[in-house]
Amino acid sequence: MKSFAALFTAIDGTTRTNPKVAALADYFATAPEPDRLWTVALFSGRRPKRAATTTELRRWAGEIAELPDWLVEDSYAVVGDLAETLALILPEATTEPDTGTLTDWLTRLSTLPGRPEEERRAAVETAWSSLGKTERFLFNKLITGGFRIGISRKLMTRALARATERDEADIALRLMGDWTPATMTWDRLIHANDPEAEGARPYPFCLAYGLDSEPETLGAPDDWHAEWKWDGIRGQLIIRHRQHHLWSRGEELMTDRFPEFARAPDFLPDGTVIDGEVLAWDVDAPMPFAALQKRIGRKTVPKKLLTEAPAMLYAYDLLEDGGEDIRALPFADRRARLEALIVNLPDDAPLRLSPRIPFADWGTLAQHRLTARDKRAEGLMLKRMSSPYATGRKRGDWWKWKLDPLSIDAVMIYAQAGHGRRANLFTDFTFAVWDGEALVPFTKAYSGLTDEEFGQITAWVRKNTQQRFGPVRQVTPVHVFEIAFEGIQASPRHKSGIALRFPRMARWRHDKPPSEAGTLGELQALLAQYG
Amino acid sequence: MSPVLIFTERGIYCPAGDFYIDPWRPVDRALITHAHADHARPGHNRYLATDIAAPVLRHRLGDITLNTVRYGETRTIGDATVSFHPAGHVPGSAQIRVEVEGEVWCASGDYKTAPDGLSTPFEPVRCHAFITESTFGLPVFRWRPDADLASEINAWWQAAQEAGQTPVLGAYSFGKAQRLLTLLDSNIGPILTHGAVETTTQVMRVQGLPLPATTHVTPEMKIKDHPGALVLAPPSALGSTWMGRFGTTTTAFASGWMQLRGIRRRRAADKGFVISDHADWDGLNSAIRDTGAERVFVTHGYTDSFSRWLTDQGYDAAPVPTEFGGEEEEEDA
Ligand SMILES: [Zn+2]
Ligand SMILES: [Zn+2]
Repeated sequence: MKSFAALFTAIDGTTRTNPKVAALADYFATAPEPDRLWTVALFSGRRPKRAATTTELRRWAGEIAELPDWLVEDSYAVVGDLAETLALILPEATTEPDTGTLTDWLTRLSTLPGRPEEERRAAVETAWSSLGKTERFLFNKLITGGFRIGISRKLMTRALARATERDEADIALRLMGDWTPATMTWDRLIHANDPEAEGARPYPFCLAYGLDSEPETLGAPDDWHAEWKWDGIRGQLIIRHRQHHLWSRGEELMTDRFPEFARAPDFLPDGTVIDGEVLAWDVDAPMPFAALQKRIGRKTVPKKLLTEAPAMLYAYDLLEDGGEDIRALPFADRRARLEALIVNLPDDAPLRLSPRIPFADWGTLAQHRLTARDKRAEGLMLKRMSSPYATGRKRGDWWKWKLDPLSIDAVMIYAQAGHGRRANLFTDFTFAVWDGEALVPFTKAYSGLTDEEFGQITAWVRKNTQQRFGPVRQVTPVHVFEIAFEGIQASPRHKSGIALRFPRMARWRHDKPPSEAGTLGELQALLAQYG
Repeated sequence: MSPVLIFTERGIYCPAGDFYIDPWRPVDRALITHAHADHARPGHNRYLATDIAAPVLRHRLGDITLNTVRYGETRTIGDATVSFHPAGHVPGSAQIRVEVEGEVWCASGDYKTAPDGLSTPFEPVRCHAFITESTFGLPVFRWRPDADLASEINAWWQAAQEAGQTPVLGAYSFGKAQRLLTLLDSNIGPILTHGAVETTTQVMRVQGLPLPATTHVTPEMKIKDHPGALVLAPPSALGSTWMGRFGTTTTAFASGWMQLRGIRRRRAADKGFVISDHADWDGLNSAIRDTGAERVFVTHGYTDSFSRWLTDQGYDAAPVPTEFGGEEEEEDA
């Protein structure tokens, strides 16, 4: 655990890329193999099974530190990270420092899930009392999952390539898939050729940046391919050895979740890999995201849902053709091959070509973009005709040109302090719209204002608190904000009956009195149109 | 009888003595706990502070009408008896004890219970009511001994030397910077100072505080004439063009807030040293216990959480109404 903690400290102690990669590469070259494997797993989002719930951890730590629950909560609200909060409130280590390796610790943790609480608590307490502050924080991170510590997957891949003297793209490919340290060895991950694993292995997804300037700056329209940016689940469909695999962008295997694609090997040849968007499909058009959402959380799908929200892959790109990796070919060539492949498919195949939007000038395309919502799309995608299929996010070749968000003016009614640096500012707000004489809360939002505006609103909240409910303050309803959001859907769980996607504060409407804020009727109209 | 001290929109007020403590709007008579900008503001008619606080106070506020007292010396103002007692926060910082008809209140200003070798060490004041700060009034804030911090900082300096980098240490120019100067090991190399740090340090040197020799960074200065040097600068200088003259640098920031990883990372310095001029969680709790006070007013920081905690511990505690809490400035931490 010591050397892993040292690695963490080195990575966490700098904001610069090169020292981070160097520290990682050094670790990969020197740490014991099982530790390396676990480190790769952790930094690529693979987490061990939970040995304790966060509720249990809070309670245990609070009892050891002799602090009431609410104070642990208040501390967490300020620190913004539970693993760190608990590491900080616990008393200093009391027993001999532990010399176990990262793998020792993870092995110990792996025996705990399912055991009675006393047993799990005893094991966790033993760890807490023998680990230093940084190690204790990392230990808590291992239990609670979510190991984001400022190292992107790309940087880790680079370090791994450097340490093993292998090609970065090859390493990136090898890290894909749903392996765990229990099912994998270092040697197999980095060196071996395993036909079965390779058969299922997806390519790293190519991602786009948001377009942040006028499209005219991109140059000649002829150099670009435009299509809709669909609002579904980005997926990669793989046909190899007469088997099919469907991966999400988060590298989750979704094959069983979408049995519709079981027929794919019947009409697609071996050695085919297609990048596309999985959508819920209604005869000839995509359904709203909410329909697909019903299927996301499920491992297996009941019959009823299969008929109510059948899945379709809208194909964007072809990555492998006839068993050949064609990612380096220009997009135009890959697209031509994709079209040739799809043109012969039967009508009832769960696979279609995401249509191209022809345009002669940028003005025409801008007009198309405005109709995206009617198409149930989020906006447009622009791909340079000559572009290869890049690994990860790369500037310049692919752009997403999203629709301007929907918006409504709303009144602030509750405020809550933020986390970490923003703990002394009120940054989390609840907004309401009018329903007759009453204000109905309909969304929370906590981003979109400048630090200065947050400062102003904080000073105001302090002086205009009407009532406190724990950390939440009810404030005088006088301030109006324009709330922007990406989508809207019906939600019986909410008082207002609606839920927004990605709400944020677009503007502080100093010019509007609360009486001029929006109404529930307006939201319902938006729901009817776009929900 | 009216309370000994009350909270007004100008600051803490004593009706019996007709004076204010650390007022933030101009008043006739102001008693000042210490020279940090959020406590010592310009514009008052008369100031009263400790003799040790006076030089920096004059340096910062210019030509003010200032009377001084020694620690423990009593003064009668109207019907109140006042005295200043060491707060251990920065040199000259005081808790102000106010007694009216046998009832004793104490306003802590900012305080730190652990000695730092430069400020007169904190002394608990027995009182009926205590006005405490709570900058770090949560149990996640606990400081390590100065000796540990000193070796950590000096090791960082040495490592930078070996890597051919100039270490630039960011710290507030009054209090924190001088405390760091006492922790730095001058055997490692010379210490260079930014103008803001140097002028305050010079004022404190003149008044007799034991501070090591430093070299003021001037536009003509060449870093190669000072091999192995460490640079001490205010936080605002970190990352500014002023840094250009030092070649390859590595930066660190010294503050109690560096305890939190999120803040450490947002600071975008290469390293954070957890070193504060305020009491940590244990320090706040022991200080309050040692006053013997029944009533505690909580200002400055995590007032809601900390006063609730004190209430749980059996004190009659309350946050000072926030509209009277003054604006919070990131002056010293
Ligand atoms: Zn201060
Ligand atoms: Zn202060």
